[in-house]
Amino acid sequence: MELKAELKYTKSHEWIAKDGDVATIGLTDYAQSELGDLVFVNLPEEGDEVTVGEAFGDVESVKAASDVYSPVTGTVSAVNEELLDAPESINEAPYDAWFIKVTDISEEEELLSAEEYEKFVEESEE
Amino acid sequence: MELKTPLYDAHVKAGGKMVPFAGYILPVQYKAGVIKEHMAVRQEAGLFDVSHMGEILCEGEKALENLQHLLTNDFTNMVDGQARYSPMCNEHGGTVDDLIVYKKADNHYFIVVNAANKDKDFQWMLDHQLPGATFTDVSDQYAQLALQGPKAMEILRRLAPEDKIPTKYYHAVFDGEVGGIPCIISKTGYTGEDGVELYAPADQAEKLWDLLLETGRDDGLIPCGLGARDTLRMEAAMPLYGHEMNDDVTPLETGLNFAVKMKKDDFIGKSAMEEAGAPKIKRVGLKVTGRGIIREDQTVYAEDASAPDGRKEIGHTTSGTHCPFLGEPVGMALIDKEYAEVGTKLIVDVRGRMVEVEIVPLPFYTRAK
Repeated sequence: MELKAELKYTKSHEWIAKDGDVATIGLTDYAQSELGDLVFVNLPEEGDEVTVGEAFGDVESVKAASDVYSPVTGTVSAVNEELLDAPESINEAPYDAWFIKVTDISEEEELLSAEEYEKFVEESEE
Repeated sequence: MELKTPLYDAHVKAGGKMVPFAGYILPVQYKAGVIKEHMAVRQEAGLFDVSHMGEILCEGEKALENLQHLLTNDFTNMVDGQARYSPMCNEHGGTVDDLIVYKKADNHYFIVVNAANKDKDFQWMLDHQLPGATFTDVSDQYAQLALQGPKAMEILRRLAPEDKIPTKYYHAVFDGEVGGIPCIISKTGYTGEDGVELYAPADQAEKLWDLLLETGRDDGLIPCGLGARDTLRMEAAMPLYGHEMNDDVTPLETGLNFAVKMKKDDFIGKSAMEEAGAPKIKRVGLKVTGRGIIREDQTVYAEDASAPDGRKEIGHTTSGTHCPFLGEPVGMALIDKEYAEVGTKLIVDVRGRMVEVEIVPLPFYTRAK
């Protein structure tokens, strides 16, 4: 399982990068590996509101569909539309394949550090 | 608790992602992943552990009469070694299971049934059999391996004597051997490709598995899991029990008319299907023309200006996934026959999103002969 020390993580397996008041959100390496080959992505549009703990999009592997949750409440300021045509890039480079950027953040859930997330995954595997 | 097949350790060693399925713990995929495993079977070869399937012997002077009574197909004109697909129906014409009957010799038949239905089927046979035959569940004695793909026969020929390899589709050699291991070698499969299914003694399964993988390695043979098994059968539009068939759906509705011999003397389910007349629902193939992936048990609508919200519910999907070789999502559905013409545009409710689909001919994929 690949982790990046500079990122924060959620228990629903998203990563989040904060840069000033912009949050960039994607799926963790663990999530992509558990889901298997991804073949479809559904994303919100620029200007949509996202809410902490609620699904903002979904990904589908050959086997199943899975929601992607927002760790913050705010407004979508950018969408990575390249994912729509190339969902496999999430499998190939999960930390480069960001889903959305969010601004006007009014609420944020408690996030995990890389170390805490790793421990959380290991415990849930047992 | 789930049972392990004789190949459990081999799967774990090969990096199999183990999941519960039909009472067994089996690999859904290995390290290569579903897409690569699927493509290996379409282009080279793949090896599957299907030991969870059930095997039942039907023997005795009245064995044939029993099969004629219990099953919808006709088994009177079979030669030794021949295999024949058949649904097994209940009194209402619903499908108890679909299975394959092999004629080993006169009065000796070998029946292969779905894992999830093994106990139900065996009990059904015992409860509905006619005198003069015995049914024996021999599932625990056999491991079943499926070697499938355009290079499958070439790999097999390196390990099995030529005269013990069946040459015709749906024929088997009962006294075959592969690398010295006694096997039933059957030219059958569930992938839409050339290949064989091998029934071997459970205690020699791992040896056979390793030998096949070793022999086929340079040809691109890789182990394949349940995920690829499902996407492969979807592309080939092979119905799966619990999806396109169940206790309430008749084989005629599933479109298995070739295996339901209504002219045969009485069999269980015949009178119910006669009374019901021509089926009102039909199994169709759907291609997604909008954006999304259809899955099983989603509602199918047709546009209908007279309906309150402009659409009318006409059925439901029975299977659906992204198909790696086709490179697009497809599905199968049971719908009102009036809307079942190829080319008809329909709508599927994919978790609240209305996704456009179109009826296409089945199968989605046919291998080049």
